[in-house]
Amino acid sequence: MSADLTTHLGELTLANPVMVAAGCAAGRDLEPFGELEDLGALVTRSVTLDPRAGGPPPRAVETPGGLLHGTGLQGNGLQGFLATELPWLAQRRVRTVVSIAGQNLGEWAELARRVGLSPGVAAVEVNLAWPTGAAARDSYQAGKIVAAVRRDMPRGVIVLAKVAPEVHHVVDVARAVVKAGADGVVVGHGLPGLALDPRTLRPALGTGTGDLSGPAVHAVALRCIWEVHAALPQVEIVGCGGVRTGLDALAMLAAGARAVQVGTTVLHDPGAPARIVAELHAELSSRGLTCVADAVGLAHLPEGEPR
Amino acid sequence: MTRAAHGPVQVQGEVLSNKRAGAYQHLTLVAAGVAERFRPGSRVALAVGGGLSDRMLRRAFPIHRARATGAYRSTVEVVFPVTEDGEAWLAARAPGAAVDVVGPVGRPYALPKEPVACTLAGHAHAAAPLFSLAERLRERGCPVHMVLGGATEKDLFGALEAKRAVKTVIVTTEDGSVGVRGDIASVLPELLTRSGSDVVYAAGPAPILHRVAAAAEQHGAWSQTALETGPVCVSGSCLTCVVPVVGEDGVSRMVRSCVEGPVFRGDRVRWADLGTVPEDSFGAPRPEARR
Repeated sequence: MSADLTTHLGELTLANPVMVAAGCAAGRDLEPFGELEDLGALVTRSVTLDPRAGGPPPRAVETPGGLLHGTGLQGNGLQGFLATELPWLAQRRVRTVVSIAGQNLGEWAELARRVGLSPGVAAVEVNLAWPTGAAARDSYQAGKIVAAVRRDMPRGVIVLAKVAPEVHHVVDVARAVVKAGADGVVVGHGLPGLALDPRTLRPALGTGTGDLSGPAVHAVALRCIWEVHAALPQVEIVGCGGVRTGLDALAMLAAGARAVQVGTTVLHDPGAPARIVAELHAELSSRGLTCVADAVGLAHLPEGEPR
Repeated sequence: MTRAAHGPVQVQGEVLSNKRAGAYQHLTLVAAGVAERFRPGSRVALAVGGGLSDRMLRRAFPIHRARATGAYRSTVEVVFPVTEDGEAWLAARAPGAAVDVVGPVGRPYALPKEPVACTLAGHAHAAAPLFSLAERLRERGCPVHMVLGGATEKDLFGALEAKRAVKTVIVTTEDGSVGVRGDIASVLPELLTRSGSDVVYAAGPAPILHRVAAAAEQHGAWSQTALETGPVCVSGSCLTCVVPVVGEDGVSRMVRSCVEGPVFRGDRVRWADLGTVPEDSFGAPRPEARR
């Protein structure tokens, strides 16, 4: 039996549930390695209103099973993004989710308005971890930001809010952003982390501390998806954190996600998205699951019980 | 899909040979499609640790030689010192073992259109790509002079091979154990004048490249410098290997040495500001707004 990989986020239909996570691909960088239009969706690097030179190097260091990074959101700003990167993606019919990052409510509103009105945008993802990480785990701040984005977003553009994978806050924050108008919740920013230079015993990153991503955080993200789905079963979840195989992706679906994002694995293995789609298809088919919806939330049901 | 003929490919490579060469490891990989796209100065990025690896970054090495039509079809050779366990893993791969290869990555050395005299200067194993560069330059009728340096005699790479291949070879060691005492930059003023070189091609650690670029500038020659980087993502997406470089428009930007380098014009790199985000670079925070 061949499983149907189509999945839905609000009114948005994705050909498959595998997205590339924010900050892990400008479309052009990945082009040599696979068909971008075959991705479920591509989430852009977080777009800021003004250009940013980013933080001082070194900006990334390997940790066991992970990557600790702090790039400081280097980018050309909204104008540069709308002039070059977005048209490039739109021309290739890549299903594009634009990650936006504001520093105050005025910036959030302007980003929402200008991105929302641009052609070729399937959804926006609100990067609540910028600039301090506080809003991603604070339901009051997160709700205010999402409300500001939703208010200035044209109808028909899906709003996803990306929240921190902190198990004690994630349900409250998810509830708040959905109440504020988010169509779905992306569970899984990098976890706050630190690595030391083995020679100097001082912080290895130019920014001192950083964010941990990669397979090391997969179980944390999975737990958070599980908690949100258990508490808010109607909320549409996109799982993000350490996915590197089709089985990892299926685990996130079973915990309650409708789609997954692949991040650090793409940095390491640019051909990974196509492989993970194929592996997920094989995992679903071999288990007799006919479609993605059959798998969503499966882990919450007693074993052997029919849906 | 039709892939650009010049872009990188990702292939499952196979170790053809893996030998100790003095202080360095000399690894030859069969990697379909890489040699065909290779130009001197570009690199391969190798995954380490195998399929279940917990290492999330690749090791990027300049390609020493690439053969598109040998007995094993497409092969590439890299030369590296074993300084950390990812490199140790690569050094321990037996012939026949699989290694995930992405390449060729990055901007190669720019070749002159006219048959001008060229000086190639490389420090230690970083000199590895200069040998295939020398071949390409000689094919164009360029007289080629070479400087190979190291901290000490055992750090030198390729001195014998160079003597067979190019017009002049000068060897330098910082301790004077063999050749001229000093680094590769220290002999350039005299060599550039004597050889009438119009272009200097260099590879090595940044402080040495800085002096090479300065020597070339003083002589009125172009310089093409290849930066070294630590472990990298492979597509340029992680934005971690950035260096401040002055663009055609005179504006400094933080550019990625993996895909926009590793070769930069020596007069464009802000050598003194490496490891920082200069205050006047594109998108740098205004002083009052800095957090």
